[in-house]
Amino acid sequence: MRLFSTSIGRKGVMAVTGLLMVLFVVGHLLGNLTVFKGPDGINAYAEGLHKLVPVVWGTRIVMGSALILHVYMSIQITLENWAANPKKYAVSRSLRATFSSKNMIWTGAAIGAFVIYHLAHFTFRVTPSDLMLGTDTMGRPDVYQMVVDSLSGAVIGGVYLVAMVALCLHLWHGIQSLFQTLGLSNAKLLPEYGLWGKVLSGIFLVGFGAIPAVILAGILK
Amino acid sequence: MILDGKAPTGRIEESWDKHRFELKLVNPANKRKYKVLVVGTGLAGASAAASLGELGYNVEAFCYQDSPRRAHSIAAQGGINAAKNYPNDGDSIYRLFYDTIKGGDFRAREADVWRLAQVSNNIIDQCVAQGVPFARDYAGYLDTRSFGGAQVSRTFYARGQTGQQLLLGAYTALSRQIKAGSVKLFPRTEMLDLVVVDGEAKGITVRDLVTGEIRTHVGDAVVLATGGYVNVFYLSTNAMGCSVTAIWKAAKKGAYFANPCFTQIHPTCIPQAGDYQSKLTLMSESLRNDGRVWVPKKKEDCNKPPNEIGEDDRDYYLERKYPTFGNLAPRDISSRAAKEACDDGRGVGPGGRGVYLDFAASIKRLGENVIRERYGNLFEMYERITDEDGYKQPMRIYPAPHYSMGGLWVDYNLMSNIPGLFVLGEANFSVHGANRLGASALMQGLADGYFVIPYTIGGYLAAAKPGKVKPDHAECLKSIADVQETEKKLLGVNGKRTVTEFMRELGSLMWNNVGMGRSEASLTEAIQKIPAIREEFWKNVKVSGGGMETNQQLENAGRTADFFEFSELLARDALHRNESCGGHFREEYQYPDGEAKRDDANFCYVAAWELKGAGQEPELHKEPLKFENVHLAVRSYK
Amino acid sequence: MSAQASGHGTMNIKLIVWRQAGPDKPGNFETYEAKGITPHHSFLEMLDVVNEDLIKQGKDPITFDHDCREGICGTCSAVVNGVPHGGQKRTTLCQLHMRKFKDGDSIYLEPWRARAFPIIRDLMVDRGALDRLIQAAGWISCHTGGVPDGNSTPIAKRDADYAMDAAECIGCGACVAACPNGAAMLFGGAKVAQYAALPQGQVEAPERVAAMIQAMAENGFGNCSNHYECQAACPKGIDVKFITRLNREFYKALVLDKVGATPPKKS
Repeated sequence: MRLFSTSIGRKGVMAVTGLLMVLFVVGHLLGNLTVFKGPDGINAYAEGLHKLVPVVWGTRIVMGSALILHVYMSIQITLENWAANPKKYAVSRSLRATFSSKNMIWTGAAIGAFVIYHLAHFTFRVTPSDLMLGTDTMGRPDVYQMVVDSLSGAVIGGVYLVAMVALCLHLWHGIQSLFQTLGLSNAKLLPEYGLWGKVLSGIFLVGFGAIPAVILAGILK
Repeated sequence: MILDGKAPTGRIEESWDKHRFELKLVNPANKRKYKVLVVGTGLAGASAAASLGELGYNVEAFCYQDSPRRAHSIAAQGGINAAKNYPNDGDSIYRLFYDTIKGGDFRAREADVWRLAQVSNNIIDQCVAQGVPFARDYAGYLDTRSFGGAQVSRTFYARGQTGQQLLLGAYTALSRQIKAGSVKLFPRTEMLDLVVVDGEAKGITVRDLVTGEIRTHVGDAVVLATGGYVNVFYLSTNAMGCSVTAIWKAAKKGAYFANPCFTQIHPTCIPQAGDYQSKLTLMSESLRNDGRVWVPKKKEDCNKPPNEIGEDDRDYYLERKYPTFGNLAPRDISSRAAKEACDDGRGVGPGGRGVYLDFAASIKRLGENVIRERYGNLFEMYERITDEDGYKQPMRIYPAPHYSMGGLWVDYNLMSNIPGLFVLGEANFSVHGANRLGASALMQGLADGYFVIPYTIGGYLAAAKPGKVKPDHAECLKSIADVQETEKKLLGVNGKRTVTEFMRELGSLMWNNVGMGRSEASLTEAIQKIPAIREEFWKNVKVSGGGMETNQQLENAGRTADFFEFSELLARDALHRNESCGGHFREEYQYPDGEAKRDDANFCYVAAWELKGAGQEPELHKEPLKFENVHLAVRSYK
Repeated sequence: MSAQASGHGTMNIKLIVWRQAGPDKPGNFETYEAKGITPHHSFLEMLDVVNEDLIKQGKDPITFDHDCREGICGTCSAVVNGVPHGGQKRTTLCQLHMRKFKDGDSIYLEPWRARAFPIIRDLMVDRGALDRLIQAAGWISCHTGGVPDGNSTPIAKRDADYAMDAAECIGCGACVAACPNGAAMLFGGAKVAQYAALPQGQVEAPERVAAMIQAMAENGFGNCSNHYECQAACPKGIDVKFITRLNREFYKALVLDKVGATPPKKS
C-alpha cells in the first residue's frame, strides 16, 4: 500500500498510531490514579473495566496493532535516515533539535521494552517474583495490594520511574510532531502544539511517576 | 563596411507581426532533427532553452554554475517593466518604446525596441501562468511601482527579488523540458571556444569544470546568453563568475563586438570598504522612490554624523538639478552626479566615496512599517554588510559597474554576423542603446528567450541542413587543441603573482581611466598600459593545480586572460566615440552645466568591431541608426 | 555603528578546513591561519586571503562554491562550526562578516554532508539532486505563449504573499546539510506550497506532490523527523509550515489516488 511505501505516508501512520497510543495513555493514567483512593478505588475500577469485555479486547487489539505498526515504521524510517546522513560533522551544534527529538528511537525502544515488561509483570504476571493477585474483602481481585507490594521494591519501582521519564521525553517531541506530520499545523499552531505537548508529557511523568514514588516513599501501603 | 540590421521597414506598429509572418517555419516533425546549443541559463538562456525544447528542437543547455538557477539574473531586485497600463496612468506600448529609446540616449535600433515594448505584456502573462508570485494589491490584482527614467508606474515586482522569481520561473520551465527529455543540461560546464565551419556557427568547445575534460558539442545553431562583462572593472555588482569569455571567444572567431564602451554604472550600491573587497553589492534603485539623495553643502561637514547636519546644510543635489525627475533621474545621470559631488570633496564615508540616501522624510510621512514592508530585505542587507541601521541614519551609497549595454552585434533576428550564432539578453547590444533603464534588463532577457528566438531561429534553421557537422570534424579537433594549448600555457607560466592580483590591477586601471568619466588622455593611457600588464600576466601569473581536475584558479585565469584582451577594445571604442551619451561620458563632450553632449551628426551609429587577430588593430564597422518614430532630441530629465 | 565595526584592529583566525582532493579520495582536516582580517571582511573574503597565501606558497587553494556574493544565488555552502552558513539569522555564508568573530577564534569549516550531496572537492559538493527534485515536480505545465492576461485571475494578497514566502528559497541546500536525516522536506515543501497556494498551481497539485516525494526517495534524501533544524539553518528563514503543507497536500493526493504505485527505491 502506498500509505506504507512513501515517506510521508509512513510518517502519517506513525503519527496516527502515536496519537492513538497517547489517547490510551491518557485513559490509562485516569484509571491508574484511582489507586490514590485506596483499595476501593482501583479494585472497583479494575473490576468494572474487566466486565466490559469487548472494550478491553477492542483496546488490546487496536493498541497492539498500533504499537506494532509504530515500531516497525520507526525502525525502517530511522535506518533510512541514518543511511541518508552517513557522515556526521566534526563539530556538531543543534539549533532547534532537542535531546528529545534526536533520541526518539532510543526513548521509543525504552518504552517498548517497558511495555513488554509491564504486560508480563501485571497483566500476565510471569515475571520472576512472587506476585500474587488475591481478592479483597469484597471479593474483587485485589489489584491495589498487588501494585503496592510490587512497586515497593526499589528495583521494580525504579524501573517504572525510569520508564516514565522515557515516555515523557518521547512525547515531549512526539506530540507536537504528530500534528505537524498530519498536516494539521501552521506557523501559529506549531508553538501551541509544542507547549501543550510538553504540558501533557509533564502530566504523564508526574501522574504515572507519582504511583511508584509514593509507594516507595511508604505513603501508600 | 556599413552593416545592415535587417530591421523591417514600414509602420513600426506592424513591424514585428509582419516580420513574424514572413519568417520561414520549420516543419514540426523536422524540429527534433535540429540541435540547438544554448550557452548560459539566466533569464534569456533558460527561457530560450525551455521554449525551444518545447517547440520540439533538440536542445543542449550549458552553464558554468552548478545549477541553472544560479545565473546572475537571480540577483536583479527591483522589477520588470511592461506596458500593461494597469494603473491607468497613461502608459502604452508606444510610451515604453519611447522611454526606452530616449533612456538609451538614441543609440538603439527602433524596431528592436518596439518589439521589446510590444512583447513586454506577454512576459507578465507568461510569468503569472508559471506561478511567479508577483506582488498583488488587496483586490488580488497585480501591483506596480515606478522606477528610474519613467513617469508611469509600470514596474511589476516580487518583493525585492524579482529577478530571482522570474529566473526560477524560467528555470522551472527549463526543468520541465529536461524531464521531458527535450533539453539536456550540462551544469559546471564553461564554453571556451566557438566552432565555426564554412562560416557558420556549428558548435562550442567546453571545459567540464569538475573533471577538467575539454570536449566539443556540435549543433545546428548556437545561442549565446552569457551575460555581461562589467567584471572587467574587477569590482562590480556582477557575480564572481561573470565574464566576457564566451562572447569574446565568439568575437575572436569573427563575431562583431558592438558598442563595448556602453557600460552602466548603477547609482545605488554599497560603497567599497577596503582593498580586500571582492565585489560591490547593489541595492535596488527602487529605494530612490522613497529615499532622498544628499551630500553636505560644506566639505567640513563630511565627517560629522549625518543626523547632526541641519536641513539647510544638506545639498539634495538630484532634486536641485533635476526638479522633474528628482531622485528618480536615470541611472547614468544619478551616478555621474554622485561622482561630481565626491570629486568636489563633499563625499562621505571611507575614502570620501559615498553619498547619503536618506529615508527620514519617508519614515516620517509613511511610518517605519511601510518602509519596512517595501524595502525590509534591502535594509537588512545593508545592515549585514555595513553594520549600520538604515532606519536610524541615512544609508551610504556610491555608483558601481552594473550592466553592459554593449555586446555582440546582432541583427533584428538576434543573429550575429556569423550565421547560426544567435546572441540574447545582456550578451547582445540590441535594445538599451547607451544606457539601460531600470527594470528593463529582465524584460529584455525574457523577451529574447520566450518571444523572439523561438520565431527567428526557425528562419535560419528552415534553410539549414540538420546535423551537418560531426564532432570529429577538423574544426572541432582544432578548437579542442587550441583550448588545450591556452590551458597549458596558463598552467605553465608558474610565476609569482596571483590571478586576482592581476585582475585587481586591470580593474583599477579600467575604473579610473575608463569608468564613469573618460577623456582622451585617460583612454590613451589605458590603451598603452593594458598591453604591458597583459604581457606581465602571461609571464608572471601563478596558477596552481592541474588541468584535469576541479581548478577554480585555472577558471579565473582563463577569464582574466580574456578580460585583458577585451579591455583594450572597450577603451578603444570609448576613445573613438567622440561624444558623450548614456553610460559613456567623455569629459571633453559636455554642456556647461555638466550634461552629456551627444553628437548625432557624427556618432548616430552602432560601432561594431571586427577583431583582426593578435597584434592587429580591430576594424570598425558601422550600422547607422535611423529614428523615424522618435524625434532625435537632447535627452533632458530636468 | 557598533564599537566592533568602527574599530580598526585586525584579527588572526585559526581555520580548520576539510580538504578532500576528489569525490573518491580520502579527506582530512588541515589547519590554516588567516592573518590581518578586518571586521569588514566578509567570510568569503577572509577565505580569499587564505587562498592567496596558499597559492603563493605553491599549495592548492581551498576549493569552495561561491558566485554572487550577495546572498541570493545560493551557491556558497559550507558548515561553520557545525552550522550551515555560520548561524547568523537569515544570512548566507557570503554575507556573514568577520565582525561576528573575535581575534584568535578557531573556526571549523566542513562541506555540506548528506548522502544526496557527494563531495566534489574540499568544501564543494554536488547539489544536482535538488535540481532533479525540481525536474521531477517543481513546475506548472504551462506552455510558452497562449496564456491568459496576468490580471484575469485575481489572487488574494495573502495567498500571493504566502507563495512568495515559500518562493524565497535560494536552493542552497543548507536545510539538507542541517537535517540530521539528510532530508529535503523544507526545500520540496516550499516548492509544493508555493504552487498549491496559487490557483494556476492547484490544477496539478496532487501529481506534483506525489512526484516530489517519490523523487526525494529516489535521490537519496531522508525522511522528516520534525527537528526543525532546517528552518533554523535556512538563510532565507523558510518556515516549516511549508512542510506541514507538503504533508497535507500529500494526504490529499493519497486520497485522490494520485500517488504513483512505484515504491521508493531502497539504497
